[in-house]
Amino acid sequence: MRLARDRSALFGLVLIALLVVAALLAPVLATHPDDVFELHPAERLRAPSAVHWLGTDRMGADVYSRLLFGARITILIGVIAVGASLIVGVPVGLVAGYYHGWFSDVLMRVSDVFLAVPQVVLAIAIAQTLGPSLPNVILALSATYWPWFARVVYAETRALQQEVFVESTAALGASPWRLTALHVLPNIASPIIVRASIGMGFTILTAAALGFLGLGPPPPTPEWGRTIAESREFLPDAWWYATAPGLAIFLTVMGFNLLGDGLRDVLDPRLRRSRAASDA
Amino acid sequence: MPELLSVRGLSVDFVTDGGVAQVLDGISLDVGPGEVVGLVGESGCGKTTLARAILGILPTGATRIRGGEVRFKGADLLREDPGAVNDRVRGRAITFIPQDPYTSFSPVFSVQTQIMDLMKWKSPRAGHGGAARSSFRRYPRERRRADRDAVLETLRAVQIPEPTRALRRLPHEFSGGQRQRLMIAMALLPQPDLIIADEPTTALDVTIQAQILRLLRTLVKERGVSVLFTTHDLGTAHEICDRVVVMYAGQEMEAAPADAFFARPAHPYTRRLLASVPSPGGEIRDIPGDVPSLIAPPPGCRFHPRCEYATAECREGRPPPRVLAPGHGVRCHHPVDAPMGADG
Amino acid sequence: MNAGAAPLLEIVDLVRYFPVRNAFGRRTGWIRAVDGLSLAVWPGETLGLVGESGCGKSTLGKTVMGIYTPTAGDIRFAGREIGHLPARARRAVARDLQYVYQDPGASLDPRWKVVHSLHEPLKIHTRLSRPEREREVGAILAAVGLPDAHLDLYPHELSGGQQRRVGLARILTLRPRMVILDEPTSGLDVSVQASVLKLFRSMQEAFALTYVFISHDLAVVRAMCARIAVMYLGTIVELGDTAAVFETPRHPYTRSLLAAVPRIGGRRVTLDFVLEGEPPSPRDVPSGCRFRTRCPLVQDVCAMEEPPLREVDGRAVACHFA
Repeated sequence: MRLARDRSALFGLVLIALLVVAALLAPVLATHPDDVFELHPAERLRAPSAVHWLGTDRMGADVYSRLLFGARITILIGVIAVGASLIVGVPVGLVAGYYHGWFSDVLMRVSDVFLAVPQVVLAIAIAQTLGPSLPNVILALSATYWPWFARVVYAETRALQQEVFVESTAALGASPWRLTALHVLPNIASPIIVRASIGMGFTILTAAALGFLGLGPPPPTPEWGRTIAESREFLPDAWWYATAPGLAIFLTVMGFNLLGDGLRDVLDPRLRRSRAASDA
Repeated sequence: MPELLSVRGLSVDFVTDGGVAQVLDGISLDVGPGEVVGLVGESGCGKTTLARAILGILPTGATRIRGGEVRFKGADLLREDPGAVNDRVRGRAITFIPQDPYTSFSPVFSVQTQIMDLMKWKSPRAGHGGAARSSFRRYPRERRRADRDAVLETLRAVQIPEPTRALRRLPHEFSGGQRQRLMIAMALLPQPDLIIADEPTTALDVTIQAQILRLLRTLVKERGVSVLFTTHDLGTAHEICDRVVVMYAGQEMEAAPADAFFARPAHPYTRRLLASVPSPGGEIRDIPGDVPSLIAPPPGCRFHPRCEYATAECREGRPPPRVLAPGHGVRCHHPVDAPMGADG
Repeated sequence: MNAGAAPLLEIVDLVRYFPVRNAFGRRTGWIRAVDGLSLAVWPGETLGLVGESGCGKSTLGKTVMGIYTPTAGDIRFAGREIGHLPARARRAVARDLQYVYQDPGASLDPRWKVVHSLHEPLKIHTRLSRPEREREVGAILAAVGLPDAHLDLYPHELSGGQQRRVGLARILTLRPRMVILDEPTSGLDVSVQASVLKLFRSMQEAFALTYVFISHDLAVVRAMCARIAVMYLGTIVELGDTAAVFETPRHPYTRSLLAAVPRIGGRRVTLDFVLEGEPPSPRDVPSGCRFRTRCPLVQDVCAMEEPPLREVDGRAVACHFA
């Protein structure tokens, strides 16, 4: 596939693959799998060693193992939040794009309102109101991210309506359902996929921010953001405590962003190039 | 009588993703003083490329001029100093009317700004060389006034109503036909010897086209300006041209005075082309086959794969130019000697 | 053409306006694209609809097709009123009444293989099984002169001409009774145009089609259409047998239009051409007769009364002086 030629996208894919592997095989890969729940106060704040590859945290738990289990949380949050945003945002965008009356305007104005507020702030407000927990974080993130999907889908649907093949298939007698499901959606799939990939990165970052602020899942959940928050008072001595989750967040978000950029380059120009070839 | 423009053996290649396309293959063409020559051909034949090559505005990256010369008033434009060509010839001795009136003006400046900008550099009253090449040239007041008078007079000549008010307007306030009139005015103002018009009426309605063609022909005949007029529409060529040259796949096939061209065309392609114009009787004749790829064109005469008279020698080499009558030349091993009629 | 048969398509006083809105969205006027037009099309004929840009011929085609709904007036197809049908019923009419775009190749979804695009109309309108559909599609492909191998390709893998044939084939799978052709040869080279016209002719014979042929190219319309309607600013100004109209045009606009068409082998028409000015915008239609602002025969009555389309000797003309 052409994606393979894009080095940075490939790198992003590798990073994400690592994340997924870490999450799936956490119990196997972790050196101290029980440290998610157990406490070993005697071993607190040990530097990285042969036993504890990334050192221990303030409770004496193995940072490396908790990191792996934290990957599960990260993926869970990312997938569900982006998935929920997609499920809400795409239909809203489709409906607003297809119809042209006051109803579409209302839908898009509502999504504009959500977009106008900075995502982190809104997520904080929602999480604050509902209380810190994993489901609430996911809810807060979905509620703030769906307008991005709606907007992309709306713009693409409107643009597609101008295309001759859409108008002519409608003239052929195709119902709006058929048009939308079989013609519009497949043609706007690429921007949606790109947005989803970038959205994963953004969502994970915001989730980490919420965790950092204490609005995420409560301890002992090994969520990365919360781990960084915990590590603050022990810096700069216990540098491994903050660096490990920090680096993990960084690499994960970068991975999704690189993949998203690569996908965008692959999926869109190819369509344009093939259309241009048919004009010649 | 020395020709004003004389193209000899011009060959141009385009470098494309699929390979090197031989867009022009040894084209030769003449335009005499005060003569309107039509360059007729279907899409992809190279007529626009030829027009651009004469003007020297081919895209530099992907184009290669493989050989030939373009002699204008005796000097070879391809080999002269580019600065001098830009200053004296392009936009001055040779001007251009583009095809699409809707995209040939800048939408953000008034007509006045655009025309006076042209006059600043290319007015017949402007000097040559030296200071002319600096970007920050001065525009002396008396010359500006004289130029503006010339502009108003030319706008009246192209029948733009209320020229003074028209100047202040923006291009989008004019219709397509009016914009082409403006383009004609801009092509005439530098008092050129030759105007190259690239399908100037293709985008216009037929009644507007008739007005524009009549106007253009009247004006150039009045002023003794030659025109090289490219078109794919034979009817348009019939209306405005003194002589017609037909091109196919980068090669010129036949050149003749208009009457002879339409009444007794000699080249099989010309005859087929004329026959495919829909006739009132209702019979429709097309040309079998497809236009060849220019990346791997047929050897010799490029029309031979579709030609009913083709023989082995047509494949071997390009037929040499043959003169059938004064002014009537053809490049074919089997020119037809019969009037254009029922046979096609 | 069967004199006793009923018309296949009847358009009665059709009106289609588009609102003109200013920056605030308030309507400041109307574009009177189709402004009171009546027409009948008989089974098996090819009716030409000619006019220059802004005359409304394309809007007429699209309104008949249901792409636009009529602002007023009736459209009757095979005796049934179709202008104001509910959406689902209107979609069913597409089976019998179809529309070909200027570039039929563009009507194909670029992400669908040709075979799927060709099966689609049958899936929408019929309950044929897959083998039955395959049979139909195979027959149509052969009729338009395309090999079976093309079924497995994407539109961008075909040449422009082949795409055009696929686009046509797609419409023909429904075996419509009438096809509206909207500027089908616009922008085409003369030899390509000839191939396309031949294809239309053979399709008409093979499938017993009735055509409405919309074009601004008078030479093409003359070769293809037995009857012709000339449009100007939203109405028909002349209607009659093509040969007769071309020989003796009765409306001043028709005369000017025909006078503007170059005649190869004849005298240069531009030498005598007299029509000045440009057509008024459909936003600002002149009162009375629309053509009066450019008409050489204009009199006072022309500004006051709009001439109706009257029949004189088998020809319909809208002029006070025809």
